[in-house]
Amino acid sequence: MRENIHRFFRAARGAGVHVSPAESIDAMRAVAQVGVSDRTILRDALLLTLAKSQDEKLALGDCFDLFFSQPEPRQEQSEADSNDVSEDADQSPSSGEASDASGGSPPAELGPLARMLLSQDRNAITAAIASASGAASLSDIRYSTQRGIFSSRILDAMGLQRLRDDLDELTPTNPALAERLRAALDALREAVRDTVAQGLALYAREEAENLRNEILRNAPLARIERRHVAEMRALIRQIARRLRERYSKPRKRQRRGHLDVRRTLRRNAAWGGIPFLTAWKRKHRDRPKIVALCDVSGSVAQVSDFFLLLIHSLHEVVDDVHSFAFSSHLIEVSDILESKPPEEAMAEIMSKVGFGSSDYGSSLVDFEKEFMSALTPQTTVIVLGDARSNNLDPRADILRRISERSKRLVWLNPEGRLAWGFGDSEMPRYATFCSVVRQCATAQQLERAVSDIVATYQ
Amino acid sequence: MAEQKPSTAIEAVESGLAAQGYIASRQIATAVYLSQQIEKPILVEGPAGVGKTELAKAIAAWRGLKMIRLQCYEGLDEAKALYEWKYAKQLLYTQILKDKLGEVLGGAQTLHAALNQLHDFGDVFFSKEFVEPRPLLQALEQPGGCVLLIDEIDKSDAEFESLLLEILSDFQVTIPELGTVSAITPPTVILTSNSERDLGDALKRRCLHLHIGFPEQRLEERIVESRVPNISQTLRRQMVGFIHEIRSLDLKKLPSVSETIDWARVLVLLQASELDTEIVKDTLNVLLKYEADIEAAQPQITTFIAKAARSNVFG
Repeated sequence: MRENIHRFFRAARGAGVHVSPAESIDAMRAVAQVGVSDRTILRDALLLTLAKSQDEKLALGDCFDLFFSQPEPRQEQSEADSNDVSEDADQSPSSGEASDASGGSPPAELGPLARMLLSQDRNAITAAIASASGAASLSDIRYSTQRGIFSSRILDAMGLQRLRDDLDELTPTNPALAERLRAALDALREAVRDTVAQGLALYAREEAENLRNEILRNAPLARIERRHVAEMRALIRQIARRLRERYSKPRKRQRRGHLDVRRTLRRNAAWGGIPFLTAWKRKHRDRPKIVALCDVSGSVAQVSDFFLLLIHSLHEVVDDVHSFAFSSHLIEVSDILESKPPEEAMAEIMSKVGFGSSDYGSSLVDFEKEFMSALTPQTTVIVLGDARSNNLDPRADILRRISERSKRLVWLNPEGRLAWGFGDSEMPRYATFCSVVRQCATAQQLERAVSDIVATYQ
Repeated sequence: MAEQKPSTAIEAVESGLAAQGYIASRQIATAVYLSQQIEKPILVEGPAGVGKTELAKAIAAWRGLKMIRLQCYEGLDEAKALYEWKYAKQLLYTQILKDKLGEVLGGAQTLHAALNQLHDFGDVFFSKEFVEPRPLLQALEQPGGCVLLIDEIDKSDAEFESLLLEILSDFQVTIPELGTVSAITPPTVILTSNSERDLGDALKRRCLHLHIGFPEQRLEERIVESRVPNISQTLRRQMVGFIHEIRSLDLKKLPSVSETIDWARVLVLLQASELDTEIVKDTLNVLLKYEADIEAAQPQITTFIAKAARSNVFG
């Protein structure tokens, strides 16, 4: 049973429930207390100890039901079972043979698997499959491509070789029996395939998802396939949630416990310097102020989709965010992003200024004319764009003034460094005025960049 | 025999809590039983008003233990939760003992000797007498054990969570000047959370995680029966059925068990014999706490009453 519970832990990890060794120890202690005889109590106990949120509880509940719908692989018992069965099988087919009067070779010479199949004892077969999948360590299955190898491993463990030999022997001597055996073998293959598929569903889900997410995180945003866009959005939302959790609550009282001697003395002057009232040191921290300029022109349309999504989430993390979108001209989009759900907001922004050909110069002019007052010495300015200005005047002088007025100017470019400065890219000219220039082509780079920006205000 | 034991023990928990007027589901009873057996705190999550705090009270009453409650809020720190030095008392004592100190140290010839003598007195001013125990320390010092309720942990800061870790896993706290204080009898710890923010993994790991959602219809009827005994059976069925219909709506705040009980009390006060549109309209503000919710529910009242009545025929 202990073996089973351990396999269940692995299945639970497969279902996306985080089970650390400490948690599995706790769960084992709980199981030891409640016993395994009552399945509902066992289920409750495992849910209580392993799952840490309502979602996990649901996932784990499903996993539990799926897991225990399989017969338990019992090593010794199944051995005994199959022996019993083979004895039964000895009798029933032979008596059947006798009445059929086909007079073939005595089935007692057949291997155990053949006899089991012929006896059609379904329980014994399922038990045998279960113990064979234990022997083939089915719980190690990770990818769907491994289905074939695990199936054949399980069949081998059940004694497929012997069965083949039996078939070869039987075919000339007793074709009818061989035919029955062949049909039974096909059924067995199917059953094993189902078992492996179930094992894949149980044990491999987490791995597969991790792998996919890992690939997505490092995939260039500009070349995401259409069918991955939804997943990518989910991933960006996850990143935004992480950022929010990490930074939404200001870390307070970092220097608590340091006595501010000067203020204490001053305050207690009335008592002759005896410190009745204490004053503690406090650290003054800037409130984050962010101005984001996002290029939504045709050349970066696909990336800007994700940029906007991230800016949308920035609005939730930081109180003071002004965001602007531009292609040939620039508009403020803070209100749209704040008042609407992400999908709607993005559609509206794109319909207003999106997909044009980009003109950095005139967009910067627009910004200077109307919104320069939004910049203060505490502001971080983030520009998201490829700096491809269609050979129009880049107006780098405005960018210089923006940089002078603000605390920092960060440029995030979806293109690789190699492409900067080639063609109509004005990146080198802009880069001189930026505090930080980063390549920002994948979700991972995007997360790091934004995380660094927010962290400077902590 | 040994295998029979846990299920009977869990039933005993259930009936014990029921005797205190707390009708627990099987899940809750299992959690209480397990927390007792493997000495782990229970982290209770769920919407407001489903009886998370009530559970702690019921456990305390059932076991005849004292309940110590720590209400969490933003800015709660160790001085308010764990212990604090009695600064004023320390200062006062130093002033009073000034002369005495002078006497004691008078015999010393050199400054060095005086210092050594002073060391011999040890940390007089940092001893137990000057510690003001706050709820967490109090809970550890109860000789017979107690029920420690840490209410609405999600309202506190992330730092405070880390402070709790030592108590939750080892039932001890470390005070730098005094050393480690271990629990005389490990208290039963109940933490409640409304999921306002995600709690840290470290905290969750140390607890049994219990989610109390809205109860099933039967269970809720039993809860109403135990809390408002003088309500008639038909009315009880109707109102609980009605509330379950209301919960299927998309509302800002769904009515929870505490609202059900309040409503039952109101209906008894108004001497209603059965649910009709008029009385529901008049008392809907007991159930729903937002104007928008009431407006959303108004047009559905008649259908819901009919549905609730119909389900009674079969139920």
